[in-house]
Amino acid sequence: MLASLIFYLFATVLVASAVMVVTARNPVHAVLFLILCFFNASGLFVLMGAEFLAFILMIVYVGAVAVLFLFVVMLLNIDFKSMRQGLRRQLPLGLGVGALLLVELAVMALHWSSDSQAFSALSTVEMVNQATNVDSTRALGRLLYTDYFYPFQVAGLILLVAMIGAIVLTLRDRKRVKRQNAAEQMDRRPEDVVEIRKVKSGEGAL
Amino acid sequence: MSSELLREYLPILLFIGIATFVALASVGISFVLAKQKPDSAKVSAYECGFEAFGDARARFDVRFYLVAILFIIFDLEVAFLFPWAMALGDIGAAGYWSMVLFLGVLGVGFVYEWKKGALEWE
Amino acid sequence: MNVENIYATFPELFLASCALMLLLFGVKRGNDATLFTGLIAVVVCLAAGVLLIKLPSFVEPGQAQLGVSALCHGCKAFGGMFINDAFAQFVKVLLLLASAIAIMLSWGYMERHGLERPEYPALILFATLGMMLMVSANDLLALYMGLELQSLALYVLASFRRDHVRSSEAGLKYFVLGSLSSGMLLYGISLLYGYTGSTGFEALAHVLAGEPPIGVVLGLVFVCAAMAFKVSAVPFHMWTPDVYEGAPTPVTAFFAAGPKLAALALFVRVLLQPLAGLEHQWVQVVVFMAVASMLLGSFAGLAQSNIKRLMAYSSIANVGYALVGMAVANEAGVQALLVYLSIYLVNTLGVFGVILCLRREGVMAEKIADLAGLSKSHPLLAVAMGIFMFSLAGVPPLAGFFGKYFVFLAAVQAGMLPLAIIGVLTSCVAAYYYLRIIKVMYFDDATEAAVDPVPEFSLRIVTGGAALLMLLFVFMPTPVIDSALAAAHSLMPQG
Repeated sequence: MLASLIFYLFATVLVASAVMVVTARNPVHAVLFLILCFFNASGLFVLMGAEFLAFILMIVYVGAVAVLFLFVVMLLNIDFKSMRQGLRRQLPLGLGVGALLLVELAVMALHWSSDSQAFSALSTVEMVNQATNVDSTRALGRLLYTDYFYPFQVAGLILLVAMIGAIVLTLRDRKRVKRQNAAEQMDRRPEDVVEIRKVKSGEGAL
Repeated sequence: MSSELLREYLPILLFIGIATFVALASVGISFVLAKQKPDSAKVSAYECGFEAFGDARARFDVRFYLVAILFIIFDLEVAFLFPWAMALGDIGAAGYWSMVLFLGVLGVGFVYEWKKGALEWE
Repeated sequence: MNVENIYATFPELFLASCALMLLLFGVKRGNDATLFTGLIAVVVCLAAGVLLIKLPSFVEPGQAQLGVSALCHGCKAFGGMFINDAFAQFVKVLLLLASAIAIMLSWGYMERHGLERPEYPALILFATLGMMLMVSANDLLALYMGLELQSLALYVLASFRRDHVRSSEAGLKYFVLGSLSSGMLLYGISLLYGYTGSTGFEALAHVLAGEPPIGVVLGLVFVCAAMAFKVSAVPFHMWTPDVYEGAPTPVTAFFAAGPKLAALALFVRVLLQPLAGLEHQWVQVVVFMAVASMLLGSFAGLAQSNIKRLMAYSSIANVGYALVGMAVANEAGVQALLVYLSIYLVNTLGVFGVILCLRREGVMAEKIADLAGLSKSHPLLAVAMGIFMFSLAGVPPLAGFFGKYFVFLAAVQAGMLPLAIIGVLTSCVAAYYYLRIIKVMYFDDATEAAVDPVPEFSLRIVTGGAALLMLLFVFMPTPVIDSALAAAHSLMPQG
């Protein structure tokens, strides 16, 4: 009873804030609503017993991705009012695509319940938790680094390429920046860099 | 949805509830009880005694973006460490070296960005 | 950890560790050593190719022909997520060749545009690694990871000339549409997983042998749409002309060769192995895409004046011909597809080699009209371009004819006569724009100053070599045809 109450609380706020993400006038507000969305989705994950996913959603999406979105919104300085001009014209198309996806989901949901064989073959997170008697984080850890060694390492390479890409595309050499090089400083000796000249009187710089 | 799970999270739920209550109450009570006589001088933004000029949302430097992206990447890397740490007892040496390899690849990336000077601001 | 048969992954391991070391080396030496890092990258690609060819001898010493049998256990690694059968080997050798050539093509261009950065060869190597993983994927997860590794590197490469607005635009468009297609792929994958309970290709093929539930068909449609994006088949082709035009020319050459081949190979494997049981469902989709791509690629190409855009439409049409081979869906069809793609790969790299030679006062000449009078100022270049164009048009003694011949022959033998007829008709239409280039080169007078002399040795080698291959294919077609047959054979379910 209480559980379903909490579920509906999270779900309602999630859907409402998702609507606000798309309709908010101010893009910064839209990002903040997105953060609210993430919070509620992670609440739903906790209800399902998938705590690790809830936690990843918090750390990665709220902590990093949403911040990045904020940066980008601030960076681009887009005039969102002018971008909204075409909204009315494109609304039917967007609604059409959305309705199509909804119908597909509905069709599948109907077939899903009747297709009992496929359903029983799959196990929900909770069933896994109970069967293995460990929480989902540990169950993931048991699989991810050994059985899924290969995708895991490729994920590392993908992160590396993302890093290279970000640097290649945005980093600029700043010529006037003077960098401190400690080793060079330690290496300097007075005899290398200082020259003492005897200047005769009357012949110095004018 | 098991009620057992819910019981485990009851303190957090109570915490969230109380936090919401306190936050709403402190704003709401001052809104209800305080005398409010707004005029144009009172509601205008205050900036060290002079009129506010310019938009509060100044354009950001692109360097913030680079920092944020690099942060996300290392954030994800750290996220992979949590299940690893929890399951390390079960997965043995193979799991250990698997993570070392993963960190090694990202270590190469770290050396790369350090040498490139992507971690320096000025 | 499952290290059984780790040998099968040696070429990939080699390439990955070399790419990492190259990155560190490049950043240590700075931008001045770009030529040197590029040279190393070329050597690495070629060495990985040699390793790949030599692989059977140390994977299964007793059984020299790796992967000839689908039951081959030696070629699967990482718990069956990775497979290195003859099909994967064939495609990967071509991919490595394309990457090596793409790096060679870039040298002069990058120098003149101030883009000599060691990240370029490193990113090409990572993209190549991603493509090799795609081709070797034997699991939906492995497929997705390989695809993302490749795509991410390609997005960056497309906007490598970051101060140029067209290049940034190309990268952005490619990124937005590419991530949309990745999203569709994931949606399809999750549906397939949800209805079958597995991501492994063998398990999927086993489960999907019977009458499929509706969710699986929807998943199939999403996977097909996403793959069509990656191979730029109509109706998911719209990014291609803009990206081809905007990206730096050596990168465009790479796009037209490597990623296209890798995505098509992946497409073939996904449809013929795990989804083989759904053939009735996907054949209609593939036939539709093949016909639409051939038609659009041929007709839209007629109106182009920019040669890079023209090559984009040409590549769409060529994907259509390759998809004919896929629609046939038997051993002959796959063999035809592989022969077609290997010829197209060399041909298109040669064309881009010629395009990279065309410069007027240091600025890249990209209009078709800029080719006017080329036969007088640079007769050899014009001859090479002529060979490439005749070959693309499918004129008999040249290699391009054989590619088309095998594809249409496979279609006719499988009873898909209408498909073959449409193919022949559209290649007649497309022949118009290929022959127009020859006409411009040989019969139009140069209106402006002649193009600059061909500078780089590497460009000459690539263009000349490709032209020779196109010309001489007729005398020794058997190595390509035989290994394509072995590759196609390894892909088919063994009775």
